[in-house]
Amino acid sequence: MATPSDLFCHQLIRRFGNHPAVDGISLDVPAGTFFSILGPSGCGKTTLLRLLAGFDRPDEGDIYIRGERMNRVPPNHRPVNMVFQHLALFPTMSVGDNIAYGLKRQRVPAARRRQRVEQVLEQVGLPGLSGRMPSELSGGQRQRVALARCLVLEPTLLLLDEPLGALDLKLREQMKVELKHLQKQFGTTFVYITHDQSEAMVMSDQVAVMKDGRFDQVAAPEELYREPATAFVAGFVGDNNRLRGQVVSVSGDRAQLRLTGGAIVEGRLAAPLEPGASADLYVRPESLVLSDGEVAEGLSRCRASVRTTLFDGANSRVETDIGGEPVFARLPQHGSAPSLSAGDSLQLAWEPDRARVFGAATP
Amino acid sequence: MSRWLPRAYLTLVYLLLYVPIGILVLFSFNDSRSGYTWGGLSLRWYQSLFNNNAMVEAMWNSLWLALSAATVSTVIGALTALALHRYRFRGKKMLNGMLFVVMMSPEIVLAISLLALFLLVGIQLGYVSLLLAHVTFCLPFVVITVMARLSGFDERLPEAARDLGASDFTMTRTVLIPVIMPALLAGWLLGFTLSLDDVVVSTFVSGPSYEILPLRIYSMVRVGLKPEVNALGTLLLVFSLVMLMLSQWILSRSKR
Repeated sequence: MATPSDLFCHQLIRRFGNHPAVDGISLDVPAGTFFSILGPSGCGKTTLLRLLAGFDRPDEGDIYIRGERMNRVPPNHRPVNMVFQHLALFPTMSVGDNIAYGLKRQRVPAARRRQRVEQVLEQVGLPGLSGRMPSELSGGQRQRVALARCLVLEPTLLLLDEPLGALDLKLREQMKVELKHLQKQFGTTFVYITHDQSEAMVMSDQVAVMKDGRFDQVAAPEELYREPATAFVAGFVGDNNRLRGQVVSVSGDRAQLRLTGGAIVEGRLAAPLEPGASADLYVRPESLVLSDGEVAEGLSRCRASVRTTLFDGANSRVETDIGGEPVFARLPQHGSAPSLSAGDSLQLAWEPDRARVFGAATP
Repeated sequence: MSRWLPRAYLTLVYLLLYVPIGILVLFSFNDSRSGYTWGGLSLRWYQSLFNNNAMVEAMWNSLWLALSAATVSTVIGALTALALHRYRFRGKKMLNGMLFVVMMSPEIVLAISLLALFLLVGIQLGYVSLLLAHVTFCLPFVVITVMARLSGFDERLPEAARDLGASDFTMTRTVLIPVIMPALLAGWLLGFTLSLDDVVVSTFVSGPSYEILPLRIYSMVRVGLKPEVNALGTLLLVFSLVMLMLSQWILSRSKR
């Protein structure tokens, strides 16, 4: 092992009563990575983050930060800082005092502190605001102060607990990009937890999708999107359509399914399945081709009826119905879209390689 | 009509509140011997007040008692509030309820039971018994004031301080205490005022060795009130106004 990873965890377990909130998590985050942990609320991601910060201790397993075991190290002695969900800026202190708080604990001399505060404020784009009180700042500015308060300490690891949750949509979009830039600029390793898949996808180098205390898949955003390892990941990351059916035949990694409505469709198997097994086929709205007549050779196809069209600029979709289940398809944006109205029948077609087949969750 | 009626009403209310106080202040500068006729400006009652050794001593006693009772009850009360806020423990609900019982029970009941207790335990009636009694009835007010402040306290703040490298002690000093400071101050002032003008409980638990102002004034009423009392009232008024302004100033400074 040349240089140890910034964060390495082995088989972490944290139980509350009989319920394991974190259930055997292992992870390895190389230096300088933007690592996101994505999962629905209650999946244990906050518990995991608190273990990393030191506010809680694992029942089993080990945490190493840059090669040093951290299990029994209290939060004030870990080279780790955290941006809290509601930021937790100290309301009785000015912006400058908030940022200098950690430096003061490290007994950095006052002159040097002032200099570092001004410098980091400049870096996060808030020069000259050190005299303000947190209550006088906008949501986005507070966000930056919370980041600066941690980054000024140059931690090995920066933990972020859904810090964008409190912002309105527009600002959130802006901060996503900004956070990614800041991470690159500082080169600090970020561990970011969120339930918002778009936040995770846009910012991260690596994303771990978490469910019931475990990681379903750890991969780069694009791989997560194109090659989901489980049905949960397929359904949670990005928009996806699910068609329920039964496997009728398998050849190689291709499977043919008979849908509940009777249609035969084709997709790529994520894991081996036997004919006769219940299975779900996931196909993304943008992989669906709309047509009212002939379809190119080699595409899988299925008839559907239009329920309604949903106009949303570049993200406009049509909601169709296949065997009673809603299926969304992206509407092409080059003006040649067929005019659709409720009740129209049309053909949905897709490249079988771009559809994934998973065994049904419940038999 | 629709304009002057509310104004007249408001004026009346304020007159009722402040005319007696104004008259008290005015008559403290009255040169006349009688309390009811005006005889020109003079500071003679202030002079006679400060020459009245028993009165001056009672005033110092009262101030010292109020100061110590307020301080002791603020310290105990703040710690109680923190415990009630932060921890779950057996008997928490009961403890909480008992605070209200002390606050709501008639003062006379508290007075008699405290007297009985002091006699039983053998505490001599004087400064110590007064202090214990005053701390007892001030405590719930401090606890409730501090708890109200803590209920809006962001639980993540102590964690953020710890995360940034503070020890528990440093966190308390730099984050927790500044946040609850207004409540501590308010609780202290409340305790100070309650202690300063308490008559009922003090009557029962004070002894001849330690005479306090309210009891001194009360005993003077029986032999006839001298205009000295007006001067004393004015001084107390000025004192409490100064305290009020001081607390406002500290609060606005901590908020900035």
